[in-house]
Amino acid sequence: MKSDKHRVRGETLLEIRDLRIEGNSDGVWHPIVKGVDLSLKRGEVLGLIGESGAGKSTIGLAAMGFARPGCRIIDGSILFDGIDLRAAGEEDKRTLWGSRIAYVAQSAAAAFNPAHKIIDQTVETAVRRGVMDRGKAVADAVDLYRRLQLPDPAHIGERYPHQVSGGQLQRAMTAMAMSCRPDLIIFDEPTTALDVTTQVEVLAAMRDIVEQFHTAAIYITHDLAVVAQMADRIMVLRHGREVEEAPTRVMLSEPREDYTKTLWAVRKLAKPESVSDDIVLSVRNVDASYSGVVKVLDNVTAGLPRGRTVAVVGESGSGKSTLARVITGLLPPSRGEILFNGKPLSRALNERDKDTLRRIQMIYQSADTSLNPRQTIRDIIGRPLEFYQGVQGAARDRRVAELLDSIEMDESYIDRLPTELSGGQKQRISIARALAAEPDIIICDEVTSALDQIVQEEILTLLMRLQKDTNVSYLFITHDIATVRAIADEIVVMHQGKVVQQGPKSQVLNPPHPAYTELLLSSVPQMDPDWLTNLLARRAAGKAGA
Amino acid sequence: MTAQAPQLRQVRARRSLWESTRRTLSSAPFSAWFGMIVILLYVIAAVFAPWIAPYGEAEIVGKAYQPPGPEFWFGTDQIGRDLLSRLIYGARNTIGIAFMTTLLSFAVGGTLGVLTALKRGWLDQGISRVVDAFLAIPVLIFALMLLAVFGKSIVNLILILALLDSTRVFRLARATALNVVVMDYVEAAKLRGEGMGWIIFKEVLPNILPPLITEFGLRFCFVFLTISALSFLGVGIQPPTADWGSMVAESKTLITFPVRTFPWIPAPFYPAIAIALLTVAINFVVDWFLHKTSGLRDEV
Amino acid sequence: MHPVLRTVLQRLGLGVLTLFVVSVVIFASLEMLPGGFAEAILGQGATPETVAAFNREIGLDRPATVRYVEWIGNIFRGDFGYSYAGLGGSIKRSVTDLIAPRLYNTFFLAMMTAIVAVPLSLILGILAALYRNSWYDRIVNSVTLTTIATPEFFIAYLLMFFFAIRNKWFYSLSTVSDTTDFIEHIYRAALPAITLMLVIVAHMMRMTRAALINLLASPYMEMAQLKGVPRREAIIKHALPNAWAPIATVIAFNLAYLVVGVVVVEVVYVYPGIGQLMVDSVSSRDMPVVQACALIFAATYIFLNLLADIISIVTNPRLLHPK
Repeated sequence: MKSDKHRVRGETLLEIRDLRIEGNSDGVWHPIVKGVDLSLKRGEVLGLIGESGAGKSTIGLAAMGFARPGCRIIDGSILFDGIDLRAAGEEDKRTLWGSRIAYVAQSAAAAFNPAHKIIDQTVETAVRRGVMDRGKAVADAVDLYRRLQLPDPAHIGERYPHQVSGGQLQRAMTAMAMSCRPDLIIFDEPTTALDVTTQVEVLAAMRDIVEQFHTAAIYITHDLAVVAQMADRIMVLRHGREVEEAPTRVMLSEPREDYTKTLWAVRKLAKPESVSDDIVLSVRNVDASYSGVVKVLDNVTAGLPRGRTVAVVGESGSGKSTLARVITGLLPPSRGEILFNGKPLSRALNERDKDTLRRIQMIYQSADTSLNPRQTIRDIIGRPLEFYQGVQGAARDRRVAELLDSIEMDESYIDRLPTELSGGQKQRISIARALAAEPDIIICDEVTSALDQIVQEEILTLLMRLQKDTNVSYLFITHDIATVRAIADEIVVMHQGKVVQQGPKSQVLNPPHPAYTELLLSSVPQMDPDWLTNLLARRAAGKAGA
Repeated sequence: MTAQAPQLRQVRARRSLWESTRRTLSSAPFSAWFGMIVILLYVIAAVFAPWIAPYGEAEIVGKAYQPPGPEFWFGTDQIGRDLLSRLIYGARNTIGIAFMTTLLSFAVGGTLGVLTALKRGWLDQGISRVVDAFLAIPVLIFALMLLAVFGKSIVNLILILALLDSTRVFRLARATALNVVVMDYVEAAKLRGEGMGWIIFKEVLPNILPPLITEFGLRFCFVFLTISALSFLGVGIQPPTADWGSMVAESKTLITFPVRTFPWIPAPFYPAIAIALLTVAINFVVDWFLHKTSGLRDEV
Repeated sequence: MHPVLRTVLQRLGLGVLTLFVVSVVIFASLEMLPGGFAEAILGQGATPETVAAFNREIGLDRPATVRYVEWIGNIFRGDFGYSYAGLGGSIKRSVTDLIAPRLYNTFFLAMMTAIVAVPLSLILGILAALYRNSWYDRIVNSVTLTTIATPEFFIAYLLMFFFAIRNKWFYSLSTVSDTTDFIEHIYRAALPAITLMLVIVAHMMRMTRAALINLLASPYMEMAQLKGVPRREAIIKHALPNAWAPIATVIAFNLAYLVVGVVVVEVVYVYPGIGQLMVDSVSSRDMPVVQACALIFAATYIFLNLLADIISIVTNPRLLHPK
């Protein structure tokens, strides 16, 4: 183990100057990182924040001197503790990797070898480097597991990666990174794939361990609230360039650049609530299951008022997506009924007539899979017009142009293919396709979850405007509380197939809450740097008091 | 907020078909070029055989076993027919039959594959089980067996091979279609109430074409080689129809006799080289095509 | 029951079921002979009376299901029926007697080939994957591509031409019999074995390379690299344990391919194996023999695929260590 001499805070550990990286797609090299400066002192945590395509992961790996196949570092200097990583050979870099610089990947399930036990993979580097013998390494690993709050730390290492949950694996990966007490750890979106309630524990564990061992860290994420908890300093990236950099508190309270300000502003969106008694869709006592044995929906009752938005919120496994499938007829309910405009809705899809199908439309989460890559925008938006309303030819094209206008896209897009559009644009096309049918209800299944923050805000604003113009109702399925706050009139909270709470937004979001809602709401990271600390203190006090 | 949706990525104007074909061709390696030229020559020979060949397919024009000379470029075979003409007609027969067989097998296997991927349920299970049983018997063996039963005619050959090969196409079509069928846009079409026909031909088919096209090339090779092998074994295309496989069989005894004149190649090798050249050419082209479309990341 | 055991048993059951269905398919196809065997064999002499007599003689007048059950039952006792060749003559030749020595010969040839081909292709394939895009890899890629695209009989004749006719190092016709001793058998079967080896190695090498490249691109391999594990150790410790399944599949697939390739090679070299027997029987429409050969080939094919699947199951960590 290294002596304390090396853990003095304040010395510069990592110095990157004018970093330029190119990436290869379709045989063409184009710049990904366009001249970024970065410096990190020992014991310091730097948050790298930016939207997708900003180059954060690429920079994170470059800080280790690593470029993925398909990327190459063409200019700039990377100095790690005085060692020039660009000039160093493979051999030398390899001695650093794992022992002095460690990497925590986004997907722990993919990063662990399914054929080996967790403990073997955790101590692998330490044992091979000769830092410790195997017995001591295992004991140390168990200690790390304990610090990271893994259940049954003494034995969990004996399991194989597929036998533990995602959150546990993520923490195990952190332990693996820590095993050689590196000087620098690079966390690459480590909690993005986790449920919000699991995320809290993992964040807390990571932050604690980095502090305890005075490790320097680069924390890469697109989530502002998360980075606010973890980092001492924040750097904002956009299109491979640095936008702004400042200590966390300063950055949160007084952002300088416009772009930074818009990133922050996203969370301020909030629709004024309005309730109504005119119910267009009513779900009553619905049960549903896929296998006939385990209930995926259990006695669900909810109502959707006309012209309003009901947000269905829950984590993975809550049944919210299944509810959408039941309403659209893809999964017939085993019990209960659904009333649409006062009349009972046929259970199965093929029993419904065309007009009913027209009135209920759906928009999906991933625009890549919801638009046929071989069809032009003209065909995609035009098909519902042809199919439902029999509009063809020039009249159809006119209507398509009108719809493009209503989603704020230029007419010239009419002949494009989906692959030529960005994620936000594709979602707009999905919205236009749903609108073309002139429906009563649009079910939005996590439609903004895959988008960047700014784009999310734009899509949500668009949806709200369209609702005002056409009086369409939205059933908005999401796991993100900020989105709920932005767009909902009423909220339905689901957990493991049951409705835990429902009612007007103001009622659900304010205390008192049932236990699960309390857990869910409190686990959502806030933009306050002390949020995590306070939450943990509250929960510990709660446990101690109980 | 601006009136226009901001573009976070440069929108690339779609290249015209001409432009992208030109670009693709210019980056093709030597082997792919070689392959494409060879295939083109063979297709010309097959299509224009009656006009290119110096003599008729079954015409006896000289003495038997004449060595290559100015009159007969490749010499004559065991009855006195011109080898060159037989080779050219062989292209027409063998390639033609192989092509028709592959076309038929794709029509049957492809449609069934897509249909079962969409329908699932008992139809899928039933057909898949039957196909699995057929897949458990190697094509050559099964073909031999069925040819023994039904007799060795060209029609039988085409039908039997098409049937057997369609099982392989079925498996591929079904697998690729399954990948597409889970896409949200297929579900969106179902929710709209679209009929099966629309979904198959407008939603699924355009998206499974690339792997199917590649597979067409490979299966053509396989069918072509199998027909040649069957003809060589005497149970495929029957004489006097010119066919490379049976030409090899007919002249196989010649391999023991040294060839004293240019090009010193024993007679059985001409048709064999003809077969090998075509399949190698197709494989080069397909290999290059696969390399381009699979996106296997190679380094700089 | 442990998931591995359960899955293996399921797979075994599926294999048996497939074999059963295949036997029905084989039996049924032969039932479809238009006009019946009688007319085919009797030819000119086929009058309704002779046909009926013929059918009665061989027992073709009984219902299909009865004959099927009898056929299967006999097979379990090692009796494949009697050959049609020589029917009407005084000597009834048992199919089993015909097949047995041929089966041995083919098996001999296949073993010879496999013992050399399998390790060789694995080594070459792994090397090609490791040194991807090096000159070694590119040359090997072109050579194997050419080999697999070339018909087997061409390769067979090429080898015969260069190594048995031009230079008389080997026998051009591989005649062996019961009396040939072991070493002599190897020598005589050398050319057919080399032919098969070339083809098999080409196929297997390409598939091994592809499987390994696929494996090396796994995320946990990148993670191993980022943990500082040296390349060779990463391949042995991290890639190899996950490689058994794909490699076993490759081997089984190619051994199954061997089963088919054997037919053509035996005909070229006039090697008295089961492949040549089948071709001859097809030409003479000796149905019981054709049936038996087809069944044996199919059974081998099914068995090899079964073996590959079982190896995949037994080496799958998710099944070995269930939640």
